[in-house]
Amino acid sequence: MIPSDLRYTKEHEWVRVSGKRAIVGITDHAQKELGDVVFVDLPDIGQEVVKGNDFAVVESVKAVSDIYAPVSGTVVEVNETLQDNPELINEDPYNDAWIAVIEMLDPSEVDQLMTAEEYEAFIDGE
Amino acid sequence: MHYIPNTEQERQEMLKAIGAGSIDELFSDIPEEIRLQKELDLPTPRSEPVVFKELKALAKKNLNASEAAVFLGAGTYDHYIPSVVRHILGRSEFYTAYTPYQAEISQGTLQAIYEYQTMICNLTGLDVTNASLYDGATALVEAALMAVGITRREKVVVPASLNPEYRRVLETYWDLLDLECVLADLAEEGSCISTLRDLVDDKTAAVVVQYPNFFGQIEDPRELVQKAHAQGALFIVVANPIALGLLKPPGELGADIACGEGQALGNPMAFGGPHLGYLAAKEKYVRRMPGRIVGATVDSEGHQGYVLTLQAREQHIRRQKATSNICSNQALNALAATVYLSVMGPEGLRQVAESSLAKAHYLYRQLLTVEGISPGLPGPFFHEFTVRVQGDPEEIFQRLAEYGLIGGLPLGRFYPQLSDLMLFCVTEQRTKEEMDYLVQVLGGLL
Amino acid sequence: MRIDGPREVKLIFEESVPGRTGFSLPPLDVPAVEVAEVLPEDLLRTRKPELPEVSEVDVVRHFTRLSERNHGVDSGFYPLGSCTMKYNPKINEDIAALDGFTGLHPYQPEGTVQGALRVIYELQNYLSELMGMDAFTLQPAAGAHGELTGLMLIKAYHRDRGQSDQKQEIIVPDSAHGTNPASAAMCGFKVVEVPSDERGNVDVAALKTVVSERTAGLMLTNPNTLGLFEENILEIADIIHAAGGLLYYDGANANAILGITRPGDMGFDVVHLNLHKTFAAPHGGGGPGSGPVGVKADLIPYLPVPRVQYDGEVYHLDYDHPKSIGKVKGYCGNFLVALKAYAYIRQMGSSGLRAVAENAVLNANYLLAKLQDYFDLPYRRRCMHEFVISGSRQKAHGVKTLDMAKRLLDFGVHAPTIYFPLIVEEALMIEPTETESKETMDQFITIMAQIAREAQENPEVLKQAPRNLPVRRLDEAAAARHPNLKWQGRGA
Repeated sequence: MIPSDLRYTKEHEWVRVSGKRAIVGITDHAQKELGDVVFVDLPDIGQEVVKGNDFAVVESVKAVSDIYAPVSGTVVEVNETLQDNPELINEDPYNDAWIAVIEMLDPSEVDQLMTAEEYEAFIDGE
Repeated sequence: MHYIPNTEQERQEMLKAIGAGSIDELFSDIPEEIRLQKELDLPTPRSEPVVFKELKALAKKNLNASEAAVFLGAGTYDHYIPSVVRHILGRSEFYTAYTPYQAEISQGTLQAIYEYQTMICNLTGLDVTNASLYDGATALVEAALMAVGITRREKVVVPASLNPEYRRVLETYWDLLDLECVLADLAEEGSCISTLRDLVDDKTAAVVVQYPNFFGQIEDPRELVQKAHAQGALFIVVANPIALGLLKPPGELGADIACGEGQALGNPMAFGGPHLGYLAAKEKYVRRMPGRIVGATVDSEGHQGYVLTLQAREQHIRRQKATSNICSNQALNALAATVYLSVMGPEGLRQVAESSLAKAHYLYRQLLTVEGISPGLPGPFFHEFTVRVQGDPEEIFQRLAEYGLIGGLPLGRFYPQLSDLMLFCVTEQRTKEEMDYLVQVLGGLL
Repeated sequence: MRIDGPREVKLIFEESVPGRTGFSLPPLDVPAVEVAEVLPEDLLRTRKPELPEVSEVDVVRHFTRLSERNHGVDSGFYPLGSCTMKYNPKINEDIAALDGFTGLHPYQPEGTVQGALRVIYELQNYLSELMGMDAFTLQPAAGAHGELTGLMLIKAYHRDRGQSDQKQEIIVPDSAHGTNPASAAMCGFKVVEVPSDERGNVDVAALKTVVSERTAGLMLTNPNTLGLFEENILEIADIIHAAGGLLYYDGANANAILGITRPGDMGFDVVHLNLHKTFAAPHGGGGPGSGPVGVKADLIPYLPVPRVQYDGEVYHLDYDHPKSIGKVKGYCGNFLVALKAYAYIRQMGSSGLRAVAENAVLNANYLLAKLQDYFDLPYRRRCMHEFVISGSRQKAHGVKTLDMAKRLLDFGVHAPTIYFPLIVEEALMIEPTETESKETMDQFITIMAQIAREAQENPEVLKQAPRNLPVRRLDEAAAARHPNLKWQGRGA
């Protein structure tokens, strides 16, 4: 199931928008591709991020994946529980396993991201 | 060709199964113009007994530690290796295996490395370590690269009292990687603590101290640690593991990373290799560590076992973003160190260290009785010390070998300003008789 | 007596009994010194290091039991692709244990190590002849270290020509070992990947599009990691050289070409070898290895120092090379490993080494011919010394290549290299080497056929594997999530 209220990137991040805040995580498809997630390298609070640049890292036993900022802005919150429980990414990618909250510079950037239907078509074609 | 079992008949059967007319045909993808058309200019094949005889003859052309008295140290040491070490290393289940990629069939290597890691952590007083690196010099490079990665700064400050071999290796890497390496000169007394202090600033990724230093001196780095940390720099201690049988471990001195050469722990000098580098760090830097790391885990039935872990740091997964390009360790040398530390235990290690200390101090006192020998660099020392000689140290060094005495090292090779100093090392292996002989021969030469 | 059961061997720390010792040292024959009087008291240990207190017997039994839980080439078949797990001749171990080699200090007067220097000098020359290069250094400690050294030489070469600002890219095929891009990045180069074509070769058309005046060099393994010879190597060399770049030969697969063809003749400028692969030195459980680097004449000035030279009478260490990159490791490299390779080459000679390559390639093709009925082949070509098959047919039954690898362990066979190269789905990379007999390979074929059958009929057997080893499948995810990297003490 791909939640219909989120927006998506081609690098398999999702974004939940709440005013100027963008909550970011990785999709169910991404966590399945990675396998057992063992570590999440979180960004620093206050870190400025640029849309399309890597700002976090998710490691599994056999793979490692950069997480790219879906929007530009400042990191205002990170999900510390992932430090001790990286497996949350496998268990609940769309809710408990959010990675960071970015306060957006330009909320209209969200419009460039894929909708759920577009993302579904994208991964089907991948 | 006794290492190749195929008979001519088997070769024909196999070619038939493949559907090839000849072995040559199997190489048909290789363009004709680069196929070798000649015999290589190599020695004609020799039988096993002939090669053994030849190599024994070559070995005899060397003066080795079993027939000479070694007073050379400077990073490679002639400590006694208990017989057990050689016998365990001779188990071919250990030495003919490779990196334990398939953990379930490699529990021997993996558990031994886990035990090695525990011993290195306990010796250095730090939290985490890896499965070993190539040698002491490259371990320092990796430690310094870790510091560069952690601090995102490019400058490393090293003392002139660091092993010159390590310095040269570090400088080679730093030059090619376009990083900055700053050398702290020797202060009057051979120490570098004060000169290091003046060079540490907020651009410094790491400050390095050797403990004991290259001249055998023991310097108290604690004040420098504070200075480094105040500037946001990491503190790296290059420590001799045998000395750590007596000395406060680097972790207790405030070091962020300890590294160095593990050869002294059960490995022969072997003309400089293979040895092993160790590297230990504070826990928070574990994911920045290079090289293999073994961790304990459980199997599907809950039994304890061991695996290579935190592999996402490594080249085979992260490719160009890896913490290092290293993809092996010195497993067999680390096994030697593990067996050595097991038989020695805390008491044996202390005795080796104390015996080396006592003998070095005996030789130092005796040498000072020789006309033409005077004290070198001052300060407390462990099992190496310098003396000043009247005469050419290089010539004395050569002449001593004629008497079956190897060492001490003429320091002018590495330090033009110290060209009248020689560096002597005494391990527990040296006897009073050998030391007295050295003193007597030197008395005659000077 | 195995009260702790057959599965677990206690840690040596857990066998510790306070006061027990396993060493024997002679009594001190000089006056004792009071440690606190000669060393600064506040720099002394306040408590002893936590090391095991065990007897010699404890140690021997402990490590013997550990060795029984290991699989080496001496235990059985070890077809780990790209690692060349060939038999390690015993005589070489005896030679490398001679006092006249082990008991040498690296700073001894040169006159007292003429035998050792001769070994190094002659081995350098043998390797140059074998690879068609002009000079070799034995300093690098392992293959990856050799790669880094080779790239440093390439960087120094361009820098010396005033082109370091321009020559910043290293091209690496998508089939390359992970060390290639890691070494290039470590050396400060930008890595540019070039794809493979449908025959498993470097895609020459794609190569032309990525080559430019920024190209510092191309790293290539030949035969490549698919076990295939790069048929267009001469054209590739021309393309790179025309752009002012250098060709780097990753010698991981040199076992296939000994006496058949030479990197130097193919156009390579820099070569590294793995003495522990191609030249039969044992792998040691992950090291020590040795990764000598060979170069063409243009790059000799940059080689690490000291170089071992011979003036017709004596061998000596030569430091006088102002353009040298310096040193990449202490001393002259892993001498004892080099010594084993030296002894091996003297036994094999030119004809023996050619027979190594011929039989290695014959064995691989035989296995390939026999296994293609059971597994998918990504490339339908003759292979060289190794080949890659895919477990994608088995994956359709829910069986992963990992499961098949674990099942192989049950039969006392080490698994092939798996999931590499990355460009082949569910890859198994198999390298039998020349030292395996037809019977061993026939047994392996039978086992692989059984595993392929099990994948269809009884996949659970594979998913539950291994069953016959001291431990069942280990939980790598748990190990990485909550790292336990050392023993924390009793009761922890």
